[in-house]
Amino acid sequence: MRHIISILIENESGALSRVAGLFSARGYNIESLAVAVTEDPSLSRITLVTRGSEEVIEQITKQLNKLIDVVKLIDLVESDHIERELMMVKIKTSEHTRAEIRSLADIFRGKILDVTPTSYVVEITGPSEKLDAFVAAIDSETIIEVVRSGPTGISRGEKGLHL
Amino acid sequence: MELSGAQILMQSLKDEGVEYIFGYPGGAVLHLYDAIFQQDEVKHILVRHEQGATHAADGYARATGKPGVVLVTSGPGATNAITGIATAYMDSIPMVVISGQVSLPVIGSDAFQEVDMIGISRPCVKHNFLVKDVTKLAETIKKAFYVATSGRPGPVVVDIPKDITDPKIKVPYKYPKKITMRSYNPAVSGHKGQIKKAVELLLAAQKPVIYSGGGVVLGEASAELTEFSHLLGYPVTNTLMGLGAYPATDKQFIGMLGMHGSYEANMTMHESDVIIAIGARFDDRVTGKLDLFCPYAKIIHIDIDPASISKTVKVDIPIVGEVKQVLEQLIELIKGSKVKPNKKALEAWWNQIDQWRAVQCLEYDRDSLLIKPQYVIEQLYEVTQGDAYVTSDVGQHQMWAAQYYRFDKPRRWINSGGLGTMGFGLPAAIGVKLAFPEANVACVTGEASIQMCIQELSTALQYKTPIKIINLNNRYMGMVRQWQEFTYESRYSHSYMDTIPEFVQLAEAYGHVGIRIDKPEEVRPALEKAFAMKDRTVFLDVITDRTENVYPMIEAGKGHHDMKLRVAQGTSTDRELA
Repeated sequence: MRHIISILIENESGALSRVAGLFSARGYNIESLAVAVTEDPSLSRITLVTRGSEEVIEQITKQLNKLIDVVKLIDLVESDHIERELMMVKIKTSEHTRAEIRSLADIFRGKILDVTPTSYVVEITGPSEKLDAFVAAIDSETIIEVVRSGPTGISRGEKGLHL
Repeated sequence: MELSGAQILMQSLKDEGVEYIFGYPGGAVLHLYDAIFQQDEVKHILVRHEQGATHAADGYARATGKPGVVLVTSGPGATNAITGIATAYMDSIPMVVISGQVSLPVIGSDAFQEVDMIGISRPCVKHNFLVKDVTKLAETIKKAFYVATSGRPGPVVVDIPKDITDPKIKVPYKYPKKITMRSYNPAVSGHKGQIKKAVELLLAAQKPVIYSGGGVVLGEASAELTEFSHLLGYPVTNTLMGLGAYPATDKQFIGMLGMHGSYEANMTMHESDVIIAIGARFDDRVTGKLDLFCPYAKIIHIDIDPASISKTVKVDIPIVGEVKQVLEQLIELIKGSKVKPNKKALEAWWNQIDQWRAVQCLEYDRDSLLIKPQYVIEQLYEVTQGDAYVTSDVGQHQMWAAQYYRFDKPRRWINSGGLGTMGFGLPAAIGVKLAFPEANVACVTGEASIQMCIQELSTALQYKTPIKIINLNNRYMGMVRQWQEFTYESRYSHSYMDTIPEFVQLAEAYGHVGIRIDKPEEVRPALEKAFAMKDRTVFLDVITDRTENVYPMIEAGKGHHDMKLRVAQGTSTDRELA
């Protein structure tokens, strides 16, 4: 099953490599990884998407907790949560296709960030499946590049992951 | 007080109560060595290879329970230390390793003797630190000792760039008395509800077994384990790392378990209905094939490391906490309980265990004309009255030492269990002897293992650490040869050395006493002579039966109930002698 593990970690050099190294050393798989500093500059937050059986996920969370730099973590999938990913797609355009791409971007509540005579950059935000759907809706021949942030997530309600 | 980085390190070590540093100098640590020269409280032990430094510090730590301290230079000094760091990591040994690093401005430029020590050591340390600011040095050293010694212990590396130790830059010094880390809070006492459940299960057991490991030694819980076991009257088996935590001469002790464990211990595990695992981690050398592991048992597992629980074997009642505390909690509840262990069931269980004991799985050919390695260990046990510190290397001799030297006290049996590091025994013995100069310290080794760190014989002379090396010389890498005999139709691929040194001459060249023993009747007198030479390191080169195998054995892919036992005795070996 797919799990989203959200980690509060000391914002120190090498901290991320401890997390990444743990996954490669123990043969776990990382589907995506998103990292940025939090409102407290001494802490970073990692959102990590991984897959595995219940036993494997249990080991992953235990091993992550064992890392000295890890302050706290939760598996977002265990409760109600919101998941968002940001994507930018650079698409080849022509006179005939521009209108179509614009309306497609509208349907997906996307924004056009950059326009040249031959290309668009479209920004889409949402759950990963929505992003997949947008990519699938575009003629693959016209896609120049796709950049995805990897999902980040937050739990619903009052509770949160903080010190 | 204003001090340079080098002085801060030395002062921090003093304030931490460090007695010995095991190290080897080099460019990146010259400032530090200059600071060592100018003090005499912390004693520096100069080894001959950095691997030796880590194993010596490790042996010191295992024998005393105090953290071992290592100092190496950058680059090759650091990489040479890695094997010893990984050895300590696998066996959860507290160790602080200070490595020199090139100066901060040149880090990352492939400078002379530069290596990314933080990156290289990361998978085999509990934690590591790169010191980037001299004002943080004292605090970092404090953190290193705190992390290394608390919770599940382990090695911690502190990588110190050369400019941090510059004697010209002085900053105020204060060593923190206590330190807290928001991201690190190891558990102490066990969950009360879980402990209650465990007691209920234990007291309802018909065929119980206590399976205890190195965590009991590390957690100083030997007395509690013994009291707990006596209170219940249940059989006790120890892992290789747990030997000595429960007295081997006690009638409830059924021997070591696992691949070369006793027949009775493995059968007891297999047939049991309740297992309590205490500070043990269900290592693959203990469990045999996982699908066949203890099919009838409910399992209670006490461990300080939550990640050890249900890692390989799913357990029914996990208890996270320090084994000492949890055992005390268990003892209290058992004492207060109206329910008592089932006497009748226990009697039947012990009768069954006695039948397995009657197989006498450790018997060997005592009439052989060749020296049997088992006999040497038995004699070592008698000559030292079972009270020596015994270090070992890795292989057949290690298993024989574990099987035939009956350890009654914790911290006496010092070996590399998890990583299985050949070369560990000799430097570890030096570390032990420094910690306990009056004690008998024996290093049981083989002619292959001893050559991996033999240069430390020189260290043993310099620091007058009179240890006794018992070299079970069978002219083979015995354990490799044994596996090749069993699983590769005796194709002995590179498990034999054609040119083995004259160890007696070698020992003498290093300034020690060397004695060669060829006949069984020479073993006892030679051991007595060696241990009588209180102030000399003695190298006993014991020429043993080269075809002897370690029995009993669980072969790869088999379960506890399916042990290979010794069959015909003595025949092939004496043929060779003729």
